[in-house]
Amino acid sequence: MTPLDVARAAGAAVLGIALAAGAAWAAPRSGIDYAGADVRAIQSDDAQNPGMLWVDRGRALWSDGPRPCASCHGDAASSMKGVAARHPAWSTAARRVVDLEDRINACRVERQQLPAFARESEDLNALTAFVATQSRGMPVAVDVTGLAQPAFERARDFYVARRGQMNLACASCHVDNAGKRLLAETISEGHGNGYPAYRLEWQAVGSLQRRLRACLFGIRASLPPEGADVLTELELYLAWRASGLTVEAPGVRR
Amino acid sequence: MSDDVSSLPALRSLARRRVLVAGGALVALRAVPARAQTASELPQVAALADDLAGRVPRFGRLSLVIPRLADNGNAVPLRIAMSGLFPAGTELKSIRLYSPKNPVALMARFDFPAPPAKPEVDMRVRLAGTQRIAAIAELANGELHAAVADVDVTISACLDGT
Amino acid sequence: MAFARIQLPPSVKRGDAVEVRISIRHPMETGFRVDDDGRTIARNTLKSLTCRYGDREVLRASLGSGIAANPYLRFHITAVASGDLVFEWVDDAGEHGDARAALVVAG
Repeated sequence: MTPLDVARAAGAAVLGIALAAGAAWAAPRSGIDYAGADVRAIQSDDAQNPGMLWVDRGRALWSDGPRPCASCHGDAASSMKGVAARHPAWSTAARRVVDLEDRINACRVERQQLPAFARESEDLNALTAFVATQSRGMPVAVDVTGLAQPAFERARDFYVARRGQMNLACASCHVDNAGKRLLAETISEGHGNGYPAYRLEWQAVGSLQRRLRACLFGIRASLPPEGADVLTELELYLAWRASGLTVEAPGVRR
Repeated sequence: MSDDVSSLPALRSLARRRVLVAGGALVALRAVPARAQTASELPQVAALADDLAGRVPRFGRLSLVIPRLADNGNAVPLRIAMSGLFPAGTELKSIRLYSPKNPVALMARFDFPAPPAKPEVDMRVRLAGTQRIAAIAELANGELHAAVADVDVTISACLDGT
Repeated sequence: MAFARIQLPPSVKRGDAVEVRISIRHPMETGFRVDDDGRTIARNTLKSLTCRYGDREVLRASLGSGIAANPYLRFHITAVASGDLVFEWVDDAGEHGDARAALVVAG
């Protein structure tokens, strides 16, 4: 074992070994529970939720073009029901864990013969938001066993390892200090069930990967590129942490 | 209703009951001004002073419903409402909203060519920091009504470089 | 592609005060933001927004940078007869947008 391995083991021991053992904390609470009254009001009302503008755009994209999504998948309300709730997931074709954005792009390239959407492009966020909304209200339920297990374990180790100039792990805030104040904000448990979400800070809908990169920026750690495996695998781990919470897409977050 | 989100038990019961905001209801954290307001309460804004052109607005009927502490300065829900009756000739004609701290002082202007069925408008404003905003409503007979509201705007806990 | 969402009650009676809500996809660029290359992003807000109900203009608005991105507005009109509510807007870049929704008035 290298010194780094020793440090990681010590870190894991100090920062949430219950996580490694398999989640022994009280039922998870969605980020919306930690949000202010205004954010909750906006999320709970489709007329006010700016994320619905992206969902509407996604709905239009679903039926757009010579070989639209609708030509294979028909009515999204039935064909896409539950899909977001079980993603990220292991993809046999891609031989790795993929998230909803990856799935949409795979279809686009392989089935629609169109160029992939760029990560964080308005169209990809819109389509992802639209697909995710078809799982609204359903419990997050991802499979972290079998072929997905190594990815899950890598992400779990990432979650408890300290990094960045601030030398913090995800768990430092979202496990050890959830519920406590950080300046004027209350630290949430860091679940991803509200994503894609309209973040007031972004003034737009963004993906969970964007939120993770924002967190890494916040602790002054190096940012993996958009779409990197480490981020996708983290999404899987977060979905596992959020087991039982309902899909809130499009969420509204501060 | 306290805006302090650290009172978690209250939040838990809210979440459990899944309170749905129906019909565009705002979470009103402060309605009418707590104390009587006068023209001396108006923030110093050149555009506001120009629009008043020496006229003195009345206080009391116009109100600004806005949280005392904004979740994020990018989008703060605001309701501008006017109470009382509008006898013929005193219909609500326009509302203007001013900020002393934003780079652009006139935030918005609303004109009602037909009298609104309810004298209120909801929107979300963008505030460049803690400040006192002001609204001026003009009636058909030229009467001016004013209201002010103080809003605390904090910065994000973590920088977001994405 | 202009996207807007208009919310109206499914049906109202003549004389009712009708709640009108609209959400418009628009960045409401302040003119003070800087892009990744250090260039200032030009100001672009909703210089003019109008709402017509039937043949009457019921709202005129000018929304500046002090209004949040993806503006949301809620106001009330008096139900007269079934007809369309038509919103039209022009932004600082000269782009036009519009959205409409049908109001069903009984009686």
